[in-house]
Amino acid sequence: MTSLLAVEVPYWGQSLLRVLGGIVAVLLPAGTIVYVFLFKMMSFMQSRLGPMEAGPYGSMQLLAEVGKWLQKEDIIPENADRVTFKMAPLIVLVSTFLLVVVVPFGPDALMTDFQAGIYYALAIGSVSVIGILVAGWSSANKYSLLGGLRAAGQLIAYELPMVLAAVGVVIQAGSMNLQQIVVAQNTYEIFGLDWIGMPFVITQCVGFVIFMIAVQAELTQPPFDMPIAESELVSGYMTEYSGFRFLTFFIAEFATAGVFAFIASVLFLGGWGVPFSWFGWDTVDSVDNWMNVVGPIIMLTKMMLLVGIIMWVRFTYPRFREDQLQQFAWKVLIPVSILNIGVTAILKVAV
Amino acid sequence: MTALFASDHGVNVAQNVGFYIIAAAMLWGAFRVVTTRNVVHAALWLVVVLGGIAAQYILAAAEFVAISQVLVYIGAVMVLFLFGIMLTRATIGEETDVNNQGWAIGIPVGLLMFGVLAYVTLDFTEDATLPEPTDEQITGATMAISDAYLGDYLVPLIAVSFVLLAAAIGAIVLARKD
Repeated sequence: MTSLLAVEVPYWGQSLLRVLGGIVAVLLPAGTIVYVFLFKMMSFMQSRLGPMEAGPYGSMQLLAEVGKWLQKEDIIPENADRVTFKMAPLIVLVSTFLLVVVVPFGPDALMTDFQAGIYYALAIGSVSVIGILVAGWSSANKYSLLGGLRAAGQLIAYELPMVLAAVGVVIQAGSMNLQQIVVAQNTYEIFGLDWIGMPFVITQCVGFVIFMIAVQAELTQPPFDMPIAESELVSGYMTEYSGFRFLTFFIAEFATAGVFAFIASVLFLGGWGVPFSWFGWDTVDSVDNWMNVVGPIIMLTKMMLLVGIIMWVRFTYPRFREDQLQQFAWKVLIPVSILNIGVTAILKVAV
Repeated sequence: MTALFASDHGVNVAQNVGFYIIAAAMLWGAFRVVTTRNVVHAALWLVVVLGGIAAQYILAAAEFVAISQVLVYIGAVMVLFLFGIMLTRATIGEETDVNNQGWAIGIPVGLLMFGVLAYVTLDFTEDATLPEPTDEQITGATMAISDAYLGDYLVPLIAVSFVLLAAAIGAIVLARKD
């Protein structure tokens, strides 16, 4: 871990690289997702062109939007609880940055090698709930409070299937360390074919579907967007936020989508790796250094693929009702994921 | 990394500095929990205290325990607290009736608790300095905990889960209307 591209980097340099890497790993996916999917894919699906004026094919539109938000007046409602009102979007954004810390992007291109990596990611993912609840409460607005409460109920309900779906992967890989989960997927074999490795999406397909549904709900993307249902609650917990505070929520929403897609691709799609047998590697230490450059590109591709699915669903399906949403989580997803754990555990021991 | 900051006596200076900074933040947070006049603010200060505990666990190289602390106390207990407060009484601004009459009794009780805990801790460690954990100890910590849970302490674990099950069933019974 002391070398990056075979160059010895001092400890302070590594720390700096990690901080920069973390910022890039959060903001680059967020910007790409907003432009490619929110601006362009949604427009094409609705038979229109989307932004075309700023830059070639509207690619600079993002900068224009950020500039617009930054110069807007910062409005705080008179009855609002000022300190917590200002703090809430930051809690949500910081939890996103904390989330990306454990994602490995290459054999050495990782920020920290937590042994309990997936456990950490799932635990930190629940911290943003506090930010959302506080945002809803401190706005001094009934719509906001309702939106915050709905969001909390939804995030608690969908946290469980997410954790349970990840447990199947942990059992199969025999480790909670995300790096070792990647290695396991690229060194195991399936059907006696050593050239495809064993991405857990094949063996854990039930877990993968449950995980992606839970991610959709955790991100409060349609069809799970009751917390910000605009026809009922104006904009839910974000109603009173404007200008750069809204921008913070907005960035956090899409950055979290990117980070959860990173985590899903590590858990189910083989992460940064290619099957190690292609190049005659057998452990993570024998992987060539160029994977530190290729790995992040592979991760980015897989992330875009998964976020593409999330956004596709988002633009396609109408919103659930609140009771349907809770029933779906507690009566369908959780029993199925517990069953999945049982089957995985039995097969792990038996086979 | 650790060797860089370790002094001659085997005391990790950076770790100690971090400990006192986090401890100071936790003490201030705990003080504000009981002095603030708004219930939601009290809950948020409690989040600071519980997050501080998680940070202390990280400093002690007990990352699995730290993550459990975040998952259970911040992700579940505090969210439930805030949820409950906001469903019932969540006025914005200062309230007058948050403290009850007997709050002063809490001071001697708190001091007594602190005294007992401090005495037990000092008596138990006898000025000993814990050795720096080795890399194997850090990376093997999660596995050691799981081995202990599902090996030596399996029966207590199942007993505790039955207590929790009983509590959950009790809550459902209490909440039922019919």
